[in-house]
Amino acid sequence: MLSTTILIPAILNGLMTGAVYALVALGLTLIYGVLHIINFAHGALLTAALFAAFFAYSLLGLDPYVAALGLAPLFFAIGYGLQRFVIGPAAHGEDRNILLVTLGLAVAIENALLFAFRADTRTVNLPYAFDVVEFAGAFLALPRVVAFGAVLAVALALWIAMRFTDTGKAIRAVAREKLGAELSGIDVAHVYAVTFGLGTACVAIAACLLLPTYYVNPYAGNAFVLVAFTVVVLGGMGSVAGALLAGLFVGVVESLSGLWLGESLGQIGIFVMFILVLLLRPSGLFGERA
Amino acid sequence: MRAAAPILAAVVLLALVPVVTTSSVVLNFLVIALLIALVGQGWNLLGGYAGQYSFGHAAFFGTGAYVTAILQVRYGVNAWLGFVIGIAAGAAVGAAIGALVFRSGLKGSYFALVTLAFAEVLRIVASVAPITGAGVGTLIKLDLRPEAFQFQSRVPFYSIALVLVAISLVLVRAIEASRFGAYLVAVRENEDAAKALGVDTTLVKLGAMAISAAMTAAGGAFYAQYFLFLDSGIAYGPWISIEALLAPIIGGVGTVFGPLLGAIVVKTLSELAKLVTGDAPGLDLVIYGSVLVLVVAFAPRGIAGLIADLRSKFGAAASPEHGRG
Amino acid sequence: MAESLLHIDQVSQRFGGLLALDAASFAAEAGRITALIGPNGAGKTTLFSIVTGFQQPVSGRIVYDGVDITGLPPHRLARRGLARTFQVAQPFARLTVRENIAVGAHLHRPARADALAAAAQVAAAIGLAGELDQPADALTVAGRKRLELGRALAIEPRLLLLDEVLAGLNPSEVRDMVPVIRTIAARGVTIVMIEHIMQAVMSLAERVFVLSQGRIIAEGAPHEIAADPRVVEAYLGHGAAQRMTAGPAHD
Repeated sequence: MLSTTILIPAILNGLMTGAVYALVALGLTLIYGVLHIINFAHGALLTAALFAAFFAYSLLGLDPYVAALGLAPLFFAIGYGLQRFVIGPAAHGEDRNILLVTLGLAVAIENALLFAFRADTRTVNLPYAFDVVEFAGAFLALPRVVAFGAVLAVALALWIAMRFTDTGKAIRAVAREKLGAELSGIDVAHVYAVTFGLGTACVAIAACLLLPTYYVNPYAGNAFVLVAFTVVVLGGMGSVAGALLAGLFVGVVESLSGLWLGESLGQIGIFVMFILVLLLRPSGLFGERA
Repeated sequence: MRAAAPILAAVVLLALVPVVTTSSVVLNFLVIALLIALVGQGWNLLGGYAGQYSFGHAAFFGTGAYVTAILQVRYGVNAWLGFVIGIAAGAAVGAAIGALVFRSGLKGSYFALVTLAFAEVLRIVASVAPITGAGVGTLIKLDLRPEAFQFQSRVPFYSIALVLVAISLVLVRAIEASRFGAYLVAVRENEDAAKALGVDTTLVKLGAMAISAAMTAAGGAFYAQYFLFLDSGIAYGPWISIEALLAPIIGGVGTVFGPLLGAIVVKTLSELAKLVTGDAPGLDLVIYGSVLVLVVAFAPRGIAGLIADLRSKFGAAASPEHGRG
Repeated sequence: MAESLLHIDQVSQRFGGLLALDAASFAAEAGRITALIGPNGAGKTTLFSIVTGFQQPVSGRIVYDGVDITGLPPHRLARRGLARTFQVAQPFARLTVRENIAVGAHLHRPARADALAAAAQVAAAIGLAGELDQPADALTVAGRKRLELGRALAIEPRLLLLDEVLAGLNPSEVRDMVPVIRTIAARGVTIVMIEHIMQAVMSLAERVFVLSQGRIIAEGAPHEIAADPRVVEAYLGHGAAQRMTAGPAHD
């Protein structure tokens, strides 16, 4: 089992899966780092984005990589609107309420999709879905290689935006010291909404990257998002670098344990890892003490 | 006890229903509503009073359900005994999870997340483990005798459900008026301050979790007897975790009657959903999710809070003891 | 000489690279009022946190009534008669004043009715009788400070740690609070108070310890401390003591 011909592809595949986990986790950790809330609706939004990407292809013939250009801004707007007009006002600032509101949104969105589109699983058949790239003796699926590269590009773009744009600086200010930022004239409600929008946009891009090789049904997002939660906690709540590294790590672990344990036990493995990380180190590997 | 009167009144009122009507529809509606009220009261003790919001109460519901079912189906244990053991098993699971989680100091969103994870682990295990029938599920054999905790008519089920809910009301009311209850609320409002006043907050939370789990497990065990069929999605699925928290939140978290009031609303909403769409899945949960957001936004203290506001507006002497917040 | 009820022995605390407390030692005699003063950031609240079990020191011991209590959790210390107030008041916001104090009273009174009755008595002793049925979050700052005090008293402590219980009060509120504290001490409760309001420290404390940058730099009777140049320096900066004795500046 430990021969390199099996191990290397497993690791590489794990890295590619992990990259998409990392992108989803990136959105989540961004939202946590700035708003200090755990967005329970993240998975539902991913599912919604998967459906959107699916219909963009099946109804409009848009290739998912192209659709991403339209879906990212669209979902940014949706995320912005949700935070600005639903979550923020409804919560009256109380943490417990935010928990409930994001949970309510998650349940409503997911089940609206279930109600509208039934539980059938759908997939798309893209012409290039089965193209392979050869690397280090392994044959890697092209869409997944593209996804890996795209995630790195998005992460880099986000980092640059945070560092050098005014909005990015405002976001970092609010994340660090909300009251001070407010007193300096920063519109905190707007910053919160922008951050939520960015997190949701990440999810939309992730959906487009996933579509060629993944499936679409109302539960698809959830399967993903608990892994994303694990990644965020492992990498440290609020740490972008942590989300990236932990995402890749989790992807590799999942791939390797899938080799040994098979599908459903592999799933339990992720949950157990999640619970253990929460119990032992809620601050993760990179983050601050919870 | 001071508030024994309202509990008595409510129970008597509900007890009269089968006298007044034999409608199967009404009785079934109320049995389910009472079941939700029981499960919700369990959540309410931990969430409303102790302030720890669990998103995974299905873990206790499912354990109560499966333990009682499996004991009957595979080991021939008497259904009533199985019922009691199911409740104990649920409490044990609650204590175990609580011990792990509270000693690590998890609270708030982390607590919600980890309870969600535990429920999901149980669901996945139940979906593949042979003892629960894996994908096929567990069927309790039809045996319409009282000794087997099955009845030909709905009325005995209704009575049992009513008794269980009555016990839960009395229990929560008793806790509310006790030192344990004062400590629960102190933990909810400010855990550090509570510690400084001598409250062993970890133990208090653990106790609340065990009792909460027991109540919810009772609901699960009852469900198993009423419907005679379980699978992993029914026993440990998110639907019950959501209903468990929705009922108290609608009715009023941290109040004795909140879960009962809220359960009636929840059941009504679920029936409305069925009216509109027949059996298309999902609409009821869409409504639940939306109502949750609306209630938190506009009526965070729930129905009980609205009633309290109305009473103080009309000059009725506000009750000087607790039940607020 | 009376025995010290509380003895803090070479306690050090570190936060990452910052040494917040550096072998700090002090003692509080039983039945007396001891003050802990020092400029902001000196480490006073950190020390209180450690004494009351909310933090573990990296080294040193806390000895209470002859027993090493270092590392015991807060609720165990409360049961041994050690009470504290918080610098920023931590009321049980949605409970009434009576219910707030009753949580403390419950430590020694399991029955609800007893605890509520005891709470009413404590409230009367600290001047909150009129607000017994108001929610804690409706109180003024002065009210909340009294509530902090009342809750701590309700556990019937032998040692009471007051963390800036007078902060945020206007002068007349301070004048009203000082006799309350004196009465508590007169009943035999040992008090250690962190305080910035010098007028109160001078009039209440029998012994004063000065903490600056994590170290105890002076100790003694209040009037000795007031004249100590090291203390002046700690508050006003290097060379300040000299400048003060040198007289007014020549412009």
